[in-house]
Amino acid sequence: MTEFLEMGGYAKYVWSAFGLTLVVLVANIVVARQQFRSVRTRLAQRWANQQESSDL
Amino acid sequence: MWTWFHKLGSPPHLYRLAGRLAPWLLWIAIVLIAIGTYGGLVLAPPDYQQGDGFRIIYVHAPSAWMSMSIYAVMATASAIGLIWRMKLAFAVAAASAPVGASFTFLALVTGAIWGQPMWGTWWVWDARLTSELILLFVYFGYMGLRAAFTEVQKADRTSAVLAIVGVVNLPIIHYSVVWWNTLHQASTVTKLDNPSISMNMLWPLLVMIIGFNLFYIAILATRVRSEVLGRERNARWVSEALSDLSPENGITA
Amino acid sequence: MTPRRQRMVGTGLVMAGVALAAVLALRAFQENLMFFYSPTDVIAGSAAEGTRFRLGGLVIDGSLRREIGSLEVQFDVTDTENTMTVVYAGVLPDLFREGQGVIANGYLLADGKFQADEVLAKHDEEYMSPEVAQMLEDRGHPVDGGTAAIEQ
Repeated sequence: MTEFLEMGGYAKYVWSAFGLTLVVLVANIVVARQQFRSVRTRLAQRWANQQESSDL
Repeated sequence: MWTWFHKLGSPPHLYRLAGRLAPWLLWIAIVLIAIGTYGGLVLAPPDYQQGDGFRIIYVHAPSAWMSMSIYAVMATASAIGLIWRMKLAFAVAAASAPVGASFTFLALVTGAIWGQPMWGTWWVWDARLTSELILLFVYFGYMGLRAAFTEVQKADRTSAVLAIVGVVNLPIIHYSVVWWNTLHQASTVTKLDNPSISMNMLWPLLVMIIGFNLFYIAILATRVRSEVLGRERNARWVSEALSDLSPENGITA
Repeated sequence: MTPRRQRMVGTGLVMAGVALAAVLALRAFQENLMFFYSPTDVIAGSAAEGTRFRLGGLVIDGSLRREIGSLEVQFDVTDTENTMTVVYAGVLPDLFREGQGVIANGYLLADGKFQADEVLAKHDEEYMSPEVAQMLEDRGHPVDGGTAAIEQ
């Protein structure tokens, strides 16, 4: 196991490259979802406001 | 076939289809990337010259591949949008840019991390590295240009011209290692007839590339949904699609 | 001509124009885009004397010599036609091997040697396990790590 983690002496290079990749992939998921959610809530609010103003 | 094509061109249909497909695509992508990572880190043998350091190829090469193929998608969608006035094509282009930029960044940084021990330097201004850096700046330029317009249609058309002009960089990146003396080595995998890598090292790389592609499509699906909602905000179907968020249902923003 | 066809032709013309401009620009800067010169280029006078440039080639087997008691090393670099000697004092990258490709950054000395202050290793696009490399060697096809890298 330690031998695997050491990566033949290239541990810091291999693990930082894979770690950074994981971070970028997860960030892609999180950002895309957050953006989708915020667009949805913003537009729902907008429709609700329009509803109110037409009700008056 | 044509009805399918027309349906794809209809915003509410695309919105629903993308919503149904996105989670599936994302899970398949995650599984493939996990398999590829295991294959690359554990199952593949070390390289005869670089030892375990060569394993960085399993994240570097797929990222570099995606940086270029996403740009090709973005430019093609931009051209389709300009020529056929297809709004959804512009939505695909706009949704692709941030994903493509993130993979370009990843390719550059993992390349630097690989170059430091093997070549002896993080960075050199050779033709391959420089043209890939230019690709990152073209992505930034595309996104910056879009952000500079408040009107979506103007942003679409102007940024589309930039995307199409930037396509000239793709063959330069790909052939830079052939046309000029570079520090970067020639392509390993794209010589499909005779890849310069043995099978037990190659398969995890191919699994990773397929996984990265599906990952992009999954993220694209979610981002296109946001784009479509924003562009169609006054359409009737949008209010219906958002009905689960409306105050009457007791869920407020 | 329909408006759509017009836009199609317009897009095509823009792309053709940009491609042409790129080809011309790249041709004009061909020299600057070369990351390194081979010993043959240097002998032919491509690299100006007294200025800094990069020299690339294969390290000849058995040519690495160390000065006793100092960091300085000397080795011969070849492009299979011509050969130059590189003088360098510093840390060599992991992939620096005899028979492998290197790129040295520095300048020409009066005695025709190349004084480097940076040496980078250039590897090729072949990846294989040590076992396969050994097997190829046993069969009489030694893997030549750097030849493909230089003769691209």
